[in-house]
Amino acid sequence: MTLALLIAIPLAGALVSAVVGRSTAVARIIALAASLGTAGVAAVVWQAYASSAEALTYEFTMDGAGSFLRLAADGLSVPLVALTALLGIIAVLASWNVERIGTHMSLLLALEAAVIGVFLAADLILFYVAWEAVLIPMFFLIGGWGHENRRYAAMKFFIYTFAGSALMLVGLVLLVVLGGTGTGMPATPLPIEPASQTLVFWLLAAGLLVKIPVVPLHTWLPDAHVEAPTAGSIMLAGVLLKMGAYGIARISIPYTPDAFAAAAPILAALGVIGIVYGAAMALGQCDLKRLVAYSSVAHMGFVVLGLASGTELGLQGAMLGMVSHGLVAGLLFFLVGALYERAHTRDIGAFGGLGVTLPRWATIFVVASLASLGLPGLSGFPGEFASVVAGFGRFGFVIAVAGIGIVLAGAYTLRAVRLVVHGEPAATQAPADGLQPAALRDLDARELLIAVPLVALIVALGIWPRLVTDIAAATLGALASLAGTVS
Amino acid sequence: MMPLWFVLVAPIAVALVIAAAGRGPVRYTRWLALVGPVAAAWAGAERLADAGRETGVAAEAVSWFVTQTGSIDVGASADPIASIMLVVVGVVASMVVVFSFGYMAEDASQPRYFALLSAFTAAMTGLVLSTSLVGLFIAWELVGACSYLLIGFWFTKPSAARAAVKAFLVTRVGDVGLLFALALLWRETGTLVTADVLAAVPTLAPATITTAALLLFVGAAGKSAQFPLHVWLPDAMEGPTPVSALIHAATMVAAGVFLLARTWPLFEASETARLVVLIIGTVTALGAATIAVPQTDIKRVLAYSTISQLGFMFAALGAGAWVAAFFHLVTHAAFKSLLFLASGSVIHGSGTQDLREMGGLGRAMPVTAATWAVGVAALAGLPPLAGFFSKDAVLDAVWVHAPVAGAALFIASALTAFYSFRATRLAFSGTFRGAGHPHESPLVMKVPLVVLAVLAATLGAGSWWFAELLGGHAGLAIPIAVASTIIAGLSAVAGWALYKTGPAADDRLAGALGGLWRAAAGAYGIDALVMRGAAASERGAATASERFDTRLVDGLVRGIAWLARRVGREFNELQSGESQLYAALVGAGAVLLASLALWLGR
Repeated sequence: MTLALLIAIPLAGALVSAVVGRSTAVARIIALAASLGTAGVAAVVWQAYASSAEALTYEFTMDGAGSFLRLAADGLSVPLVALTALLGIIAVLASWNVERIGTHMSLLLALEAAVIGVFLAADLILFYVAWEAVLIPMFFLIGGWGHENRRYAAMKFFIYTFAGSALMLVGLVLLVVLGGTGTGMPATPLPIEPASQTLVFWLLAAGLLVKIPVVPLHTWLPDAHVEAPTAGSIMLAGVLLKMGAYGIARISIPYTPDAFAAAAPILAALGVIGIVYGAAMALGQCDLKRLVAYSSVAHMGFVVLGLASGTELGLQGAMLGMVSHGLVAGLLFFLVGALYERAHTRDIGAFGGLGVTLPRWATIFVVASLASLGLPGLSGFPGEFASVVAGFGRFGFVIAVAGIGIVLAGAYTLRAVRLVVHGEPAATQAPADGLQPAALRDLDARELLIAVPLVALIVALGIWPRLVTDIAAATLGALASLAGTVS
Repeated sequence: MMPLWFVLVAPIAVALVIAAAGRGPVRYTRWLALVGPVAAAWAGAERLADAGRETGVAAEAVSWFVTQTGSIDVGASADPIASIMLVVVGVVASMVVVFSFGYMAEDASQPRYFALLSAFTAAMTGLVLSTSLVGLFIAWELVGACSYLLIGFWFTKPSAARAAVKAFLVTRVGDVGLLFALALLWRETGTLVTADVLAAVPTLAPATITTAALLLFVGAAGKSAQFPLHVWLPDAMEGPTPVSALIHAATMVAAGVFLLARTWPLFEASETARLVVLIIGTVTALGAATIAVPQTDIKRVLAYSTISQLGFMFAALGAGAWVAAFFHLVTHAAFKSLLFLASGSVIHGSGTQDLREMGGLGRAMPVTAATWAVGVAALAGLPPLAGFFSKDAVLDAVWVHAPVAGAALFIASALTAFYSFRATRLAFSGTFRGAGHPHESPLVMKVPLVVLAVLAATLGAGSWWFAELLGGHAGLAIPIAVASTIIAGLSAVAGWALYKTGPAADDRLAGALGGLWRAAAGAYGIDALVMRGAAASERGAATASERFDTRLVDGLVRGIAWLARRVGREFNELQSGESQLYAALVGAGAVLLASLALWLGR
């Protein structure tokens, strides 16, 4: 029942907010209450799973129609659900001052419900429905509250992911037909017959890999990110990207283990390409938001590499990478959004010396940047480390290519810090609308309320990755032995 | 006995307190920055005093990362080399903190400064104490981050901001080597606990050992500024001078030497790896010494000198004499941090870093001048100062092992003595050539100078104790000692005598040496070349991927989008706008799904 609440609360919040959200105050309260409530339930679920280590399940049955709302939470989904619930609060707080707030909050909560639906679905059809349902609020968030090029970006986002999901749907249908056990997803599904695995694997991969995204299926991401409103970017980078990697771990590995093993070198190559390519692209960006967007491609490259290794260490690395990237990218997008609200530009060259003019913003930005480049002691490192070590263990020195990306990550991150935070404050040019740099104000209490807990979690996870890995261990260990038992 | 956890945790707590307390009470809170260094020195000294009976007390290991097949553990313990490092780090850091009370007194960002110094102490002691390679790597990166933040301490200065990034990135190239060394050792031995890895060395294939050792050396070369990864260290001088003394002379840059000493069995088992270390070390020692000669910035002289001296240490490692290398690390920490602090005092008192604008400071700053003199004499390797003993040990080991490298190091020693006394004469002798009136520094800056000068003068006596503790061989190699003393003495006299005329001697030497002088003054263009190469590949990578993104990938997508719009227009003449189209598509999809679900669910 608690699992159903995780979807029901944000969904109810979305409905209420859409209906009575004319008033700003009401919309804020409803959205905050719904997101806090969801997070509270997520905490209960976390605690329940942590103490019993048994998957939580929920099934809604109706006479005659069978059961059609099958939910489950295990070590793979619990951390991601918690991340979604957390970022849900952050996204609500970050969109405190948007226009048409009722609708905005409604879409945000609907998005949260849909994403949690993906992570909890224990039914292939429900998984697909939730997967597609994510698209709709996101599409409208970008299209309705985005920046100058929002229509183009929204459409590109839609076409990419929709094309991918169409193929994925075919794959899921085949899976159901070939599996012969209905649409439900048992805790440990039986693999389908080896002959059909390759076809099914790649059909599913079409949808999953677009979402992650891997190069060259990634170009929707920078556009979507740049045009999306801050809350949209936070959710997009924070949790939507994880759906693809989650799908690989949840569906591809157990149902098509042989095909997964055969495809592992390709996945690893895609991961490494993403690490290097995303970093190289980030290095060339002048738009701060675009830079963070490309860094997401690189970070998800580490996640894919960890998955591809198929070992427990690698899967743990992927899980840590996902949670860390959710926190770090969420924080970075929030900071960039806050800066944009003040200066009305995201051009790296327009800033300078913010370490002097906005010391609080700058301090947090430096911490987030260091986390993003994988500095030990912060959350980015354990996942990257585990993914690289596991990838190396499986694939050898080819993985050393990722080292280029590790150096480049330092380059693009610190370049941004140098240009934005360092330098003379006088170099801050008046932005396009004539706002003077003196008018920039530092983060206020609400904004610190968003940023400081994220920083605290980033530090905590960096020092003690077992906050996440202990929860995920049993499920990922079982998954690894599935991926490993294959001939 | 001082618990190790306190040594690690106290400076972190202190850093947070200093940062949180802010500017108001910094005059008091900055004293807290001494807690970490004093605790470290204390803990190290206690354990060394005990060393005869007990070597290090292992703290309980903690599993940082757990899988069913193995766990990645971290822990702390202090064996003799860790204890020695604790004392080195603790003593130098204490002196640097005290010196900074005076040097940084006017700076508005003192809380940030002292907090970062304290954080650095924590990271550096973590590096030294770690029982596992993962813990070492974590601390290794954290000292790099502190170095980055301290080089860029005056971040409004674009050159400082640039130097900080450069230092971080160049050392990160090395760090990637270290990371893959760890990955390789984990794959081959299934553990990253240092002792277990080293115990497994005899079971490893020779190729694996050599690869792992070379990857470790890549990491060491980055941190310790060995050719060709040395390019960051001269720029790192943009940081406050006490920071240069602590991080970029005495401790962090020596971490590479420590790493090799720590993982010595791997190098012992690989002749190839040792040969590479010997060659790189020798090339660095000689090359950097030549570059130090024509430098006019007092800090750059010291920076290249540091690179060169680290080269001496690596040459000794390459020759198999890790104890000699480690001994030189300790004495170098004393006399080089002394020289940096003295140069800080010079800069503080004269208002310039340019040797050509100095002169006559010996009269104006007697204490600084006297302590500096001890430092350069030690650096030049003149008896009976500390540098004499440790350099003798290095020269002896390398000479016996590989006479060619030994000869190169003799030339490097001659150059060392020469540039040391050149700089000394330019700064302290003659009359002041700069603007204003140079003055001696306050007591709080003089005390650390005197303490370090005493150490730089007397540490040599520790060479026997050192050898006994670590199991190396002790005692002076008399022929080498005599030869090196004569060479160093003559070069020192030459440097002193030639520069009687002040900076004009530079021009005479430049005239005599022509292109060679200019090339050395420009650091042989390596830095420019590396930076140009890095910038070009950076740009290249960015443009190439940008093109790929916008032309190929997006071109394809635009094609599909165009197709979709065409289809959409055909289908939906009644509706206008794209969102309706997609809403309709989704609706159709939902219907499709519902029917499918009903059909399958039955």
